[in-house]
Amino acid sequence: MKILSWLKDNLFSTWYNTLLTVLALGFVYFLSKGILVWAFTDANWDVIPANLQLFSVGAYPRSEIWRVWVVLYTVCALLGLSGGIWGGLPFRFAIGIGSVGFVCALLPLFEWATRGWIFGNVALLGAFLVLGVNVRGLVSKMRPWILGAWLLSFPWTLIMLRGFGENSVLTTNWGGLLLTLILAAVGIVFCFPLGVLLALGRRSSFPAVKWVSTAYIELVRGVPLITILFMAQIMIPIFMPNVRLDKVLRAMLGITFFSAAYMAENVRGGLQAIPKGQYEAAHALGLNYPLTTLFIILPQALRSVIPAIVGQFIALFKDTSLVTIVGLLDLLGIAKTVIANPDWLGLQAEVYLFVAVIYFVFSYSMSYVSQKIETALGVGKT
Amino acid sequence: MRKFLFRISAFVLAIALVVPLLAEGEESVLNRVKDRGRLICGVHGGLPGFSFLSEDGNWSGFDVDYGRAIAAAVLGSPDKVEFVPLKAPERFPALQTGEIDVLIRNTTWTLTRDTQVGADFAPPTFYDGQGFMLRKDLGVTSLEGLAGASIGVTAGSTTELNLTDTMRALGVEFNPVVVEETDTLYNSYEQGRCDVVTSDKSQLVARRQVLKDPEAHIILDATISKEPLGPVTVHGDNKWNDVVSWVVYATFFAEEHGITKANVGTFETGNPEIKRFLGKTGDTGKQLGLSEDWAHQVVYAVGNYGEIFGRNLTPLGLPRGVNKPWTQGGLLYAMPFR
Repeated sequence: MKILSWLKDNLFSTWYNTLLTVLALGFVYFLSKGILVWAFTDANWDVIPANLQLFSVGAYPRSEIWRVWVVLYTVCALLGLSGGIWGGLPFRFAIGIGSVGFVCALLPLFEWATRGWIFGNVALLGAFLVLGVNVRGLVSKMRPWILGAWLLSFPWTLIMLRGFGENSVLTTNWGGLLLTLILAAVGIVFCFPLGVLLALGRRSSFPAVKWVSTAYIELVRGVPLITILFMAQIMIPIFMPNVRLDKVLRAMLGITFFSAAYMAENVRGGLQAIPKGQYEAAHALGLNYPLTTLFIILPQALRSVIPAIVGQFIALFKDTSLVTIVGLLDLLGIAKTVIANPDWLGLQAEVYLFVAVIYFVFSYSMSYVSQKIETALGVGKT
Repeated sequence: MRKFLFRISAFVLAIALVVPLLAEGEESVLNRVKDRGRLICGVHGGLPGFSFLSEDGNWSGFDVDYGRAIAAAVLGSPDKVEFVPLKAPERFPALQTGEIDVLIRNTTWTLTRDTQVGADFAPPTFYDGQGFMLRKDLGVTSLEGLAGASIGVTAGSTTELNLTDTMRALGVEFNPVVVEETDTLYNSYEQGRCDVVTSDKSQLVARRQVLKDPEAHIILDATISKEPLGPVTVHGDNKWNDVVSWVVYATFFAEEHGITKANVGTFETGNPEIKRFLGKTGDTGKQLGLSEDWAHQVVYAVGNYGEIFGRNLTPLGLPRGVNKPWTQGGLLYAMPFR
């Protein structure tokens, strides 16, 4: 009965609402029918499992694939530890990732070896989670160390993936989701501090700092990312013929510098929302400029612009697909080369749909986590 | 004093400009490749049959095999090569700046490219030409019959230019349907948004196979352009261009004389030219700056031209056409090995 009255109240309350409901239902029916019929009869989904490894790591040599697993193990261990020590949101996040991994390992999507590796990851995550929960009470000063470990995991990941000497893996062989995630992670991690510095610089009272920051922000915001990537790939080698910068590194630099300009404006929005009284109160307490900024202003400013910042991170994650245009094989680039394989010719709909789902899963996870962070920090509540 | 400063700065500037030129002029790409121990080859990266990543993460295709052949000739191993996928606008800058050593990316040999964009061409490995595909039930067999038809073509390519030029010369009116991406082009065609598609014939043949009902489509006999596709090296590096050219000739030569990947190790012959080819006599290697068994390495790594074609392009349904040895009425003609 409850359902019927809900339906009546919300969908069939007036004649025009009834009409709209019927029209919308008809539209949804025809659209989903078309999609489902295609997905279950016409579509040839074999292309996805056959190329799963390409989608994940691209041309990364199969003999060196253990490097990727080592990196994943590191991340899982850190995630488990953080989840255990912090509890709350990180804990639930770790549980979520663990469950997804567990289900992936159970499903017959991957080869046995791969499923074994995934099981190992889940087990490690669980073990560190338990460890974290147990040491939580003992060492309350662990937290800065964990944060430090996360920071260190960054160069560790890059060095691990690159390797040394005979068996080193050229970055031209990095591809697929691996490359997409690395580009996005590097972009996000480095554009954030750079953006904060630029935002502070733009509000600085030193004319030199102010004008340089402003000029940088406006210049970068005035050109499309594509132009910056093209400049990085084509112009840098022409201007500096003796310096050979790695192609992936150039893309990383381009994405980071581009995002930093937008980040700066987001952060500046937050800085401007801080009432003057906060500065004055900090001064009255005897805090100098760095201390005021670090402990009074930034925490409040950043908290209020979390939605904008996460929105930008999501945009950055999706923008990494532009590197396809300069010949890097990220997730989208791999999709293009997969449909060029004579065995899978003409299957672009299936492949692009699969890639779209992956992008959605990652973007939505970011958005979901940010919502939870906002709730935890009480953003928007007075 | 000001004049003096001006002279000094002009002098410094001149040196700064000339020194890198001199330094670049001295070293051939051949030495660069040998020093590095790895060939860097620019490819398309998403062209069916020519270059793509196979399921196991290795590059494969017709162009890729030529990259491997060059690596085998210069470095003795078909695996000492790194493939760099390039988009059309960056291919020539990448070659000029030395980002890549050789470009094997369905690049048509034209006068402008040979003279103006800093490229030197090796012999074409694939002779292509622009053609037309349409539904059989339209009943059209010649270009004149295309009056009033909507013709799909990818944007900004010479394909579009060739189409307009040819149709204007014939006085045939048509509606161009300009599409950005190759995949979109064939989707539009299949959905009936254009009656005809025009592109290189190799592409038409490959794509016809994956249409829903391949038999319902025909490819017109008419070929409206010449598209000789082959490897490209940087302009002015003759030594390196020689090496790349003779690797291509080696694959032609091997097919002319029935030398294959399987029998190259045991090939018995009294023919002095073949002996020179296999490095048993003579010094072809020394003349090119390679080891004496370079041609042997090429055939051992990728096979002769027929084998390369059969492995990569025959599965696409591509006929040999003019891409046959001259002895069989084709255009492939190896210069003499002497």
